Amino acid sequence: MNSKQKHWYDYLWIVTPIYLGLGFFNILFAWLGLIFFFLPLLIAIFGGGKLYCNRYCDRGQFLGLLGDKLKLSRNKPTPNWMRSKAFRYGFLIFFFAMFFQMLYTTYLVGSGAQGLRQVVKLFWTFRLPWHWAYHGTLFAPWVAQFAFGFYSMMLTSTLIGLIVMVLYKPRSWCVFCPMGTTTQLICQARAGKPQNTCTGSCTSCSACAEGGSHAQ
Amino acid sequence: MASKRYAEAGAYCVACGSCLKVCPKDAITIWKGVIAQIHKDICIGCGKCEKECPAGAIELKQREVQP
Repeated sequence: MNSKQKHWYDYLWIVTPIYLGLGFFNILFAWLGLIFFFLPLLIAIFGGGKLYCNRYCDRGQFLGLLGDKLKLSRNKPTPNWMRSKAFRYGFLIFFFAMFFQMLYTTYLVGSGAQGLRQVVKLFWTFRLPWHWAYHGTLFAPWVAQFAFGFYSMMLTSTLIGLIVMVLYKPRSWCVFCPMGTTTQLICQARAGKPQNTCTGSCTSCSACAEGGSHAQ
Repeated sequence: MASKRYAEAGAYCVACGSCLKVCPKDAITIWKGVIAQIHKDICIGCGKCEKECPAGAIELKQREVQP
């Protein structure tokens, strides 16, 4: 029979509410989010494939939990445009453009050209006052600026994930998740181009992997 | 013993692994982080992965009738 016993990593969904919760108390905790940024990249680069998405992604698990277990998802198919390569790569480019803009703002604050803005920018548009989560002068202002910027990005992407979870499938966010798209690109580059000729009887040779087109 | 249907992942697959968690037969592996590979000989065609897949990449197909 099937072995679906729980592992320690099946409880990583808890990281999402903890991370977002910590940002309400001290924005500097936002720096911890870099783990979710670099870990999937490092796993993919060093040959672990998409193990992060498949096993360790807290957000994926969190959305799955809300959508499947708590039945908050309508479970409607993800729209065709949303799963298209154009949208996935377009969102990836947009997301990284916003990320580099955030890094530039951090640089401006670091160089003294701009003052620290204690706001969280939702959906890259709406500025929410967030001054209660910044208390000190222990770190340089740019450290706090990066934290505000990074937390804005994490909160916005979680909210987008929640919206598409309710509207479509629990893990619809995964379809256009910038980290997922990036790691898949890395994995594609590592895997090379599979032969696209299947002999028909499966020997798990992966010849079918590109497009899953079995020649029968 | 063999089911009439089996599941197959196509080009829309984002290798997120949602299907791995719902497959009752552990018939799915992720091929090099690129695409879900559903082992035809283990798959019972229950359709759980097809329902779960956020990318709509899984299709249920009819098995060829053995002569």
